[in-house]
Order: sequence, then structure tokens, then C-alpha cells
Amino acid sequence: MAELADGPRPQECPGSSSAQAGRAAACQGCPNQGICAAGAAAPDPAEAAALRARLRAVRHAVLVLSGKGGVGKSTFSALLALGLAADQAKQVALLDIDICGPSIPRMMGLDGEQVHQSGSGWSPVYVEENLGVMSVGFLLSSPDDAVIWRGPKKNGLIKQFLRDVDWGEVDYLIIDTPPGTSDEHLSIVQYLGAAHVAGAVIVTTPQEVSLQDVRKEINFCHKVKLPIIGVVENMSGFICPKCKNESQIFPPTTGGAEKMCQNLNVSLLGKVPLDPQIGKSCDKGQSFLSEAPDSPATSSYRNIIQRIQEYCDQRNFQEEKIIYERNKNVVHV
Amino acid sequence: MEEVARERSNLAGVRHILLVLSGKGGVGKSTISTELALSLRHSGKKVGILDVDLCGPSIPRMFRVQDNSVHQCDSGWVPVFVDQDKSISLMSIGFLLENPDDAVVWRGPKKNALIKQFVADVAWGDLDFLIVDTPPGTSDEHISTVEALRPYQLLGAILVTTPQAVSVGDVRRELTFCKKMNLRVLGIVENMSGFVCPHCSECTNIFSKGGGEELAKHAGVPFLGCVPLDPQLSQSLEEGRDFIQEFPKSSAFPALAHIAQQILDGTSQQSS
Ligand SMILES: Nc1ncnc2c1ncn2[C@@H]1O[C@H](COP(=O)(O)OP(=O)(O)O)[C@@H](O)[C@H]1O
Ligand SMILES: [Mg+2]
Ligand SMILES: [Zn+2]
Ligand SMILES: [Zn+2]
Repeated sequence: MAELADGPRPQECPGSSSAQAGRAAACQGCPNQGICAAGAAAPDPAEAAALRARLRAVRHAVLVLSGKGGVGKSTFSALLALGLAADQAKQVALLDIDICGPSIPRMMGLDGEQVHQSGSGWSPVYVEENLGVMSVGFLLSSPDDAVIWRGPKKNGLIKQFLRDVDWGEVDYLIIDTPPGTSDEHLSIVQYLGAAHVAGAVIVTTPQEVSLQDVRKEINFCHKVKLPIIGVVENMSGFICPKCKNESQIFPPTTGGAEKMCQNLNVSLLGKVPLDPQIGKSCDKGQSFLSEAPDSPATSSYRNIIQRIQEYCDQRNFQEEKIIYERNKNVVHV
Repeated sequence: MEEVARERSNLAGVRHILLVLSGKGGVGKSTISTELALSLRHSGKKVGILDVDLCGPSIPRMFRVQDNSVHQCDSGWVPVFVDQDKSISLMSIGFLLENPDDAVVWRGPKKNALIKQFVADVAWGDLDFLIVDTPPGTSDEHISTVEALRPYQLLGAILVTTPQAVSVGDVRRELTFCKKMNLRVLGIVENMSGFVCPHCSECTNIFSKGGGEELAKHAGVPFLGCVPLDPQLSQSLEEGRDFIQEFPKSSAFPALAHIAQQILDGTSQQSS
């Protein structure tokens, strides 16, 4: 499969959508040969049309990624969705595709909620009238249920989340992902092909152990042609609540996200300090932004959210301009 | 038949295999794997680490051998040794990449094939412990690893969590995974519990406190201890230094040494 190239082994893969998929000489011995040969990897046209129809109603899709886990992706996704939904005029959707470790339900205060079936598909669970949420967590019957699934089943569910959930008209679709660059990531990018993808926000912590994974994630974005909105550095420094001195718990030994962003020419959207209140608010399912409106972390989150909003508006403007130019040409020709 | 295969296998000289698991990423699985290996070496053991986190391998850097590569020998791949005495040996996809920033963008079947190869083809030689560091979750890598290792001396799993409810929730699912896969749980480690300010000694529970211990009690599995957030620990991991040797006075040291001791006690009981 083409997306899989670049590893230590299979080279010269014809690509999953090629007519040679699974049949080329290079496919001999590839573990995916069976899947490719059966055409299972190629998109089914009817399905693609259903996906397209559903995704046409989404104005901006924003993927939240990180190479490493535990850096604060879900926290950021949740706060981004809440921050955007503060504008009553905007319709926001939050989709959690971390199939094995869904944490969005808890962070949004929706633990124990179940998804309902309606005539037009699954209904998201609504936090506010203008903020709907979907997660595999809503499909599990107990908090101990483990989703022990291999790739293809996870991909199937992700497709269902995009195709069968009745999101309605949505201004922003925020997608929280698991760490890494594997099935979930390839699938979501593939399925979102039909949507207006604004791009990806990449979350990291300041230390090299985390940055080395983020560089891989950035390479992944380039490879699948996913625009990068920017990088958020989380857990940068901790201010002791007693003596107000700062400690670097996760030391930026190689210059942190700032240096990496300079080197790789991507924007740094901002830095969010470690604040014990953030984790507590998440555990209780409350919005940190409204629980601690005056904290430095909140103002940093707000700035970042605003920059993402501006990025989306800007992009929208450009997209319209392109369409306008195109039409103008048509008229002139 | 199976008996013969096992005798000839590359894992024949490995006495105990431990899996380090967690539902969530970034909770310190690789950290615990690394420090456990260093502590066991400190007690005179020979240790190997197999890193099956294919998308985010951190083990090579944590031992500062990220520029090494693996070589082929008659019996398979030669692991990377971190020292002259060959007391710690490592295998990771990190050693197979041409460029360290290469993204391994693989779907499940390909990851499974490489894991099988890692289990079958690495010439570990004689080891007291083989520690398997895993990616977060309960998916392809985990199923494949457990299935491939089942015929061998698979001792059980150590589950790592941070104290907050969101992370503990993921570990509850990991416990279910262990039960379904028939994998013994050696215990739960609560990592990043509490931070002692180096300026004023005030302890702040940045990621709250006690979630891991509570879960261990609730699930009826051993609790192996709390490892505090310790800037000296993260700094030594960044630089690939031997924390166990160099920082015996730091706040995380006693907890890490205690975890290793419990693993040693558990295995000596088993063999007597
Ligand atoms: N007790 C601790 N004190 C300070 N830093 C820690 C501690 N445990 C882990 N870290 C740091 O947290 C980061 C994530 O840990 P890591 O072991 O890579 O997690 P995982 O393998 O679960 O993704 C690393 O940078 C590590 O140095
Ligand atoms: Mg790791
Ligand atoms: Zn192929
Ligand atoms: Zn202090």
C-alpha cells in the first residue's frame, strides 16, 4: 500500500488504489497483499458519495494531532470546541477517534451518555445547543469495556462516525485523534478527502522525547498533504502555587517547540503552562476556561483558539477568492 | 514440535518476559521500562528491552544510542548494546529508520508482521529479563505481541498510569484487555504523582493523586508504588544518562528502586 512506503521493508508498493494493488511483484510477501488484492482498500463509490454528502455540511475540519500520547491533545480538543462554541452563532462538532482510549466523554462531562439512533443516523450527544460530541465512549456499556480491535474494525467505525452521524450544518468539526501515525490517522485523512479540511493542530510538550515524535507527525502531514495550522506547546513550565517560582518539569533540552517550529518552518500557535487546575477540571468534566477565567493558561488557550479561528476565516476567504477567480475566468473565456 | 521450536528459538535463553502497558500515552511507559532495566542491571541482572512502539519509539534516545543500527548475524538481528559489558541490549524500530524523523505510517497488518519478526528474529542470547515497551492502547501491537510471546516465559504485565481520572479510566480498559488475553497483572505503577518544588519544597499534585492505588485496590491487583514528577528524571532521560547510578538522592529514586525490588522478589519466589 502506497501510504505505507518509507518503512524499513516493503518498497515499490503500487498503492492500494492501483489496479496492480496486491498483484505487483513487490506485493509478494507484503502482509497487506490479501487486503489489497481483494480490493478492500479501494474506496467504494456509493460509500464515497454518502460521505461526501454528509461532509459537505462541514465548513472547517480541524484535526488535533500529536506524535506522543499524554501531551494534552484531548484537553486541547475539548477546550478548542468549547472556546469556539462560546460564539452562539457558530455550530461546533467534536469527534473523538481515539477508539482504544476515548477521554472526550469524561472531559465534556458526558460520562455514561449513550448515542441515540434517529431517522437520519446517529445523533451526537449535545453539551450545548451548538456543540455536539461523538465518541466510541458513548457506545460502551461499562467504563471497564475495552475496545480490543485491530485496524480494519477501527477504520470501519471512523467511517461510520463521519458518514452516519447526523451532525447537521457545522461551522467547525474538531477531531481528537490517538497518538501516532497509523490506521486511525490514515483513515481519517482519507475519509476527510471529501471535506473542507482546514488543517492540523499539533500538540507537544517541550522535551525532546516528545518533539522527536512530533517531527514524525509533521512528516506524516506533509506526506498526506494535510496543511499544518500550527503547533501548541503544552506543559511548558510550572509555577509553584506557594512561592511563584517556575520549574521546568519537562525541560526543553533541545530548544522546545519554538526551535523545532523555526527549523521546520511551521507556526507556533502558543505555549500553555502546566496548571494543576486543568487536570482537575477535566476530571470533573468542567470547562477550565470558565472555571479559571483569569489564569495564565486560560489566556494562552484563548489566544491560540483565536489564531485558529483567524486561520480558518482567512482560508475561507481565499477559497472563495479562488472560486471567484475561477468563475471570472470562465466568464471571460 | 512446539517444544523443539521453542528450544531453538531466539528467546530460549530469556528467563522472564515483562510487558509494560498503559491505556494512555505519555504516562511514562518507556520511562518505567528504561528505569526498570537500569535498576535490574544495578542488581546484577542481564536485561533486554524490546520496543514495540512502532510509531513513537523512545527507547533508543532514552539510552542515547539513537544513532546505532542493528546488524544481521546467523541467528537473526543483533540487538544494540548500551554498554561494554553488554548488560543491557535493545531492539527498536528506531534502529531501522534511515532518518530519525521518518514517520512510520503503517496500518495494522504491517505492524503485526514486524512485531512477529522482532519476537522471532532478535538474537537476545541469555537474559534474566526481557522488558517489552508498548504503545498506548489495546490494538494491533498489543494483541500481536501477547500472541507471539505466549509460548515463552511470559511473566505478566506492569500497568502504568498517571493519577488523574482520565488516565485511570484508560487503565481500567487495559485491565480488561489483560483479563481477556489471559495475561497476569504484576501490578500498577502510579507515575507523575506529586511534584516537590525545588525552591520551597511545597508538594503540588499537578495531576492529582491516588488514582492508581485506588484502582489497584478496586481491581484486586498489587500496587507497585508512586513515582513523583522529578525534573532530574526527565533531564536524565533526555540526555540518556543512568539515573539509577547518578541520582540516588532524587525524589523518584526510592520509588523506582522499590518497583524493581518487587519484580525481583516476585521472580525469586516463583523459581524457589
Ligand atoms: N516521574 C517522572 N518525572 C518527570 N518526568 C517524567 C516522569 N515520568 C515520565 N516523565 C517524562 O514524561 C515524558 C513521557 O514519558 P514516556 O516514558 O515517554 O511515556 P510513554 O512511554 O508512556 O509515552 C518523558 O519525557 C519522560 O521523561
Ligand atoms: Mg513510550
Ligand atoms: Zn501493498
Ligand atoms: Zn515553591
